[in-house]
Amino acid sequence: MKNRVVITGLGVVAPNGVGLEAFTKAIKTGTSGITFHQELQDKGFSCCIGGIPEVSEEKKLAYLTPLQLRGFNSTSILYGCMAAIDAWKDAGFLVDENSNLDYDSGLIFGTGTSGIEKFRESIYLIDEQKVRRLGSTSVVQTMASGISAYLGGILGFGNQVTTNSSACTTGTEALLLGFERIKNGKAKRMLVGSSSDSSLYTWGGFDAMRVMTYKHNETPEKGSRPMSETASGFVPGSGAGALVLESLESALARNATIYAEVLGGNINSGGQRNSGTLTAPNPEAVQKCISDALLDSKIKASEIDVLNGHLTATSKDGLEIENWSNALQRKGTNFPYINSLKSMVGHCLAAAGAIESVASVLQIKEQFIFPNINCEDIHPEITALISSDKIPTKMIEKNINIVAKASFGFGDVNACVIFKKYIQ
Amino acid sequence: MTKEELIIKLKAIVKPYIQDEEAFKNLTEETDFINDLKINSANLVDVILDVEDEFNIEIDNDSMEKMLSVKAAMQIIEEKLSA
Repeated sequence: MKNRVVITGLGVVAPNGVGLEAFTKAIKTGTSGITFHQELQDKGFSCCIGGIPEVSEEKKLAYLTPLQLRGFNSTSILYGCMAAIDAWKDAGFLVDENSNLDYDSGLIFGTGTSGIEKFRESIYLIDEQKVRRLGSTSVVQTMASGISAYLGGILGFGNQVTTNSSACTTGTEALLLGFERIKNGKAKRMLVGSSSDSSLYTWGGFDAMRVMTYKHNETPEKGSRPMSETASGFVPGSGAGALVLESLESALARNATIYAEVLGGNINSGGQRNSGTLTAPNPEAVQKCISDALLDSKIKASEIDVLNGHLTATSKDGLEIENWSNALQRKGTNFPYINSLKSMVGHCLAAAGAIESVASVLQIKEQFIFPNINCEDIHPEITALISSDKIPTKMIEKNINIVAKASFGFGDVNACVIFKKYIQ
Repeated sequence: MTKEELIIKLKAIVKPYIQDEEAFKNLTEETDFINDLKINSANLVDVILDVEDEFNIEIDNDSMEKMLSVKAAMQIIEEKLSA
């Protein structure tokens, strides 16, 4: 007997909203979190805009102790802790440093790199022959699993506590790894999510690859244009998203609020074969990932109401729509509604899957479809496949039963998850 | 610098790291960093770096290993200052 898995808590730190309430409002109203950043221009970036969540010093102290913040220089750990602690409290749990060790709760919290600014600081000290000046703070902030190490201690979890990493698929992968663990009876609750640093050192390599837009430095909010004919590359973002997954049995036993059910999903790779490369997806594998997610969830393609795409605003958006259309065997007016959160927050890289999953689940809980901004000029490649009515530019209030969310990442890796409204 | 002045300075340095308020309030020369103040052993290196900054001295590896109590810290600081 496999466990059913539901979502009982959410937390988010996004460029257009910090905290669930602000974020929900922002995505309903189509509010952009993209702004101009002088330091990017000063360092000679072509793309000088990005999405950075606003977090005051006072706010940091609501999540981390003054000792934890001493010598602290890792936004990915900060955002991850904030989103995860919020999600855990939202699920109805207390955060108490003296709580009993909880062997039934674990966490899988992903990242691309951890604390890249701290890494830079440490490298400079070492090169100046001051290695001893690193003190005790360098390792825990720069190890990939820094985020899960911080959270494991703050929350006192005794089940699996780990970090996953699969580029822009990371957050969605974390969710599915946690889902499997509960489904198979290895844990009652898994806090899952992912985070990414706000740092020019994270973003620089992408700027060099010419995959970020350089055409909107004067019009930041217009820069992130998924599905638009004038899309010219992605806008870098950052932040974190977190979800509390729980066995239905456990959630019902404690009378928890249920946001949605995770029906199933799939994680695969295109093996960098069949036109897939280190940086481009193998279309066959993407379609198989989506089809297998439907099989795993025991639903038909026709049951899907809304797709939350990966859709980054590079030249690959048309291919993604084609992949969805082929996998679902749905096109034109029969295609589900589709949206991309990246139009508002940019591409939050390793954090994207988690922040976008939070947005996907909110749509089910509050029964709306958030708007796509900046795609008043939909790319003809896309309108050739699907009806433009299916790409809402204003929020739609609608009964939504099933949302499919997919993420794709460098390394030719894919993940697709299916969320369903929970009805008692 | 008198012993009292030195203790006041040391007290300010260890304050961010202590996890036992009561022991910190009653800090004397006999207070042990780990057993009494419950300072996380990983943070001892940070305490030592802060001591170096405050007194503009450098504490070598051998001395670092001995710096586990207020008394040992005071001896090492005085020794380095007079060197």
